[in-house]
Amino acid sequence: MASITLKDVVKRYGTGPKANQVIHGVSAEIADHEFIVIVGPSGCGKSTLLRMVAGLEEISGGTISIGGRVVNDIEPSERDIAMVFQNYALYPHMSVFDNMAYGLKIAKVPLDEIKTRVDKAAKILELGPFLLRKPRELSGGQRQRVAMGRAIVRQPQVFLFDEPLSNLDAKLRAQTRLEIQKLHTELGVTSLFVTHDQVEAMTLAQRMLVMNAGRMEQIGTPDEVYHRPASTFVASFIGSPPMNLITGQADGARFVAAGQTLTLPAAAPRAGGMILGLRPEHAELSQTGAAGWPLKVEALEMLGAERLVYGRVGETLFTVRLDATLTPPKVGDLVTLTTTPEHLHWFDAATTKRI
Amino acid sequence: MVERRATMGLLAHAVMILGMLIVAFPLYLAFVASTHTSQEIVQLPMPLLPGSHFWDNYSAALTGHGGGAGSNAPVGRMMWVSLVTALVIAFGKIAVSLLSAFALVYFRFPLRSFFFWAIFVTLMLPVEVRILPTYKVVSDLGLLNSYAGLTIPLIASATATFLFRQFFLTVPEELVEAARIDGAGPMRFFWDILLPLSKTSIAALFVIQFIYGWNQYLWPLLATTSEDMYPVVVGIKRMIAGGDSGNEWNIVMATAIMAMIPPAIVVIFMQRWFVKGLVDTEK
Repeated sequence: MASITLKDVVKRYGTGPKANQVIHGVSAEIADHEFIVIVGPSGCGKSTLLRMVAGLEEISGGTISIGGRVVNDIEPSERDIAMVFQNYALYPHMSVFDNMAYGLKIAKVPLDEIKTRVDKAAKILELGPFLLRKPRELSGGQRQRVAMGRAIVRQPQVFLFDEPLSNLDAKLRAQTRLEIQKLHTELGVTSLFVTHDQVEAMTLAQRMLVMNAGRMEQIGTPDEVYHRPASTFVASFIGSPPMNLITGQADGARFVAAGQTLTLPAAAPRAGGMILGLRPEHAELSQTGAAGWPLKVEALEMLGAERLVYGRVGETLFTVRLDATLTPPKVGDLVTLTTTPEHLHWFDAATTKRI
Repeated sequence: MVERRATMGLLAHAVMILGMLIVAFPLYLAFVASTHTSQEIVQLPMPLLPGSHFWDNYSAALTGHGGGAGSNAPVGRMMWVSLVTALVIAFGKIAVSLLSAFALVYFRFPLRSFFFWAIFVTLMLPVEVRILPTYKVVSDLGLLNSYAGLTIPLIASATATFLFRQFFLTVPEELVEAARIDGAGPMRFFWDILLPLSKTSIAALFVIQFIYGWNQYLWPLLATTSEDMYPVVVGIKRMIAGGDSGNEWNIVMATAIMAMIPPAIVVIFMQRWFVKGLVDTEK
């Protein structure tokens, strides 16, 4: 087992002034046994970061250490890691057993030891009946488990997962998510898991690392990230539907946004240009007349247990999530939106960082 | 065209049978000619049914007791020379092209694309264009009348290199990375993963290259002068003395039939692999 330390990690393609920098100095400390999910939109550099830890991409700047050892110039096979790829990358001509055993054979592990380890992994992953089959004779979920088995038998210090669930259908994905969680509880191996899916990130992560455009926006537990997003990017990326954001000028308990003056339930932390954030589930609606913000209802969506109300506060789009048991407003209604001070998030309008 | 109607079926079969007859008739005639005496063949009309001298002619050809005006070299020896040449060329071409395609696809070295294009451009040069310089080189090296002289100049193959390159490019990048993480070095990756994946392509190429090697005519004609190094295709030519002199056509035809057998065997037995190698890849 090992901790991982990223220190000012930079990735650049090409050299000189034309170099294309895709990772701009990411630093993070990952403790032993921790399960970290790296999440971000497509092209934010999350896979590149993972591949740098794996040793499949060169590190252009900064250092990566695994278990206290700087691994910048160490071959992937010597880093004591195992990786699960998005398309599994199983060797098509080898049986499931050989796929799992291949790395051990190269490492010259004695044959009976290989057999013990593979059998053990196969038992954990319920692959026993398939050991002699070829990958093409397996279903997607089974292939995925073989890929995990190949990682497990190496008994590495670190597991790296590169979007391993995105080729599975929704049901299987939920099931495999639970299996990965169970596996981590049993083996306790430090894990880095890359995904663009926030549900995967929230459910699997002990801590999550949110990335955007090659920079780390926030690292924290799913709770922290959800309840105290460090920037408007995190606020709108995590949570579905995303947090409502209104740009305006704060002045005490008044907030002027797009021609509309809103009365705040408590004074703003400071005056000036700010972005006000409010999660859809933290707003309540009442009929006009009460004190609050006017919301013009434009559309409704019934999701079963809850109902989404889309409307506008002034000119800003606003989403409210209501319990399905409440009587909803009608499209075209002007209703009043109220909330409590602890649910307001404040961000600086210029830097978009949390205040 | 998925209709199943009796008339269409009949028509289709008629066309196919006609086509087959056109292709097969000369072969049949050669076979008939190889079973008669040389006198019987030259009579008019030529006999159209097999004669009774099958064993006489074939054993005479194999052991070299034809007694015609042209060469009387034993065909058994020629078949052996052809077989060795064709096998060395086929395996040599496959080995060299696999390795060069491997280098082109998986290694980054200076002037990589230059080398690729250099190999690619030679596709456009047929053997005949470079045959004189090649002859000069081979003869200066003293390789005339040797297996080395017959095979080495023909082993380099841009076509096979190109084909393997295209195949390697379709092998997913993640397989390479998985192998790297598993600790497989480049040659280990080549042997354990790339080679097994390429086996259908290798089989298809083997068929093509074996026949290519077996059918070589111009180069062996230049590179061999002694009878015991003639491949069978050249041997047939040498048996025909030219003009109206007494050619033993029955022996020539028997040799021709025998020369056709090994490529036919290769095609028949490797047909399944051949088709598989050209249409699908195991990935």
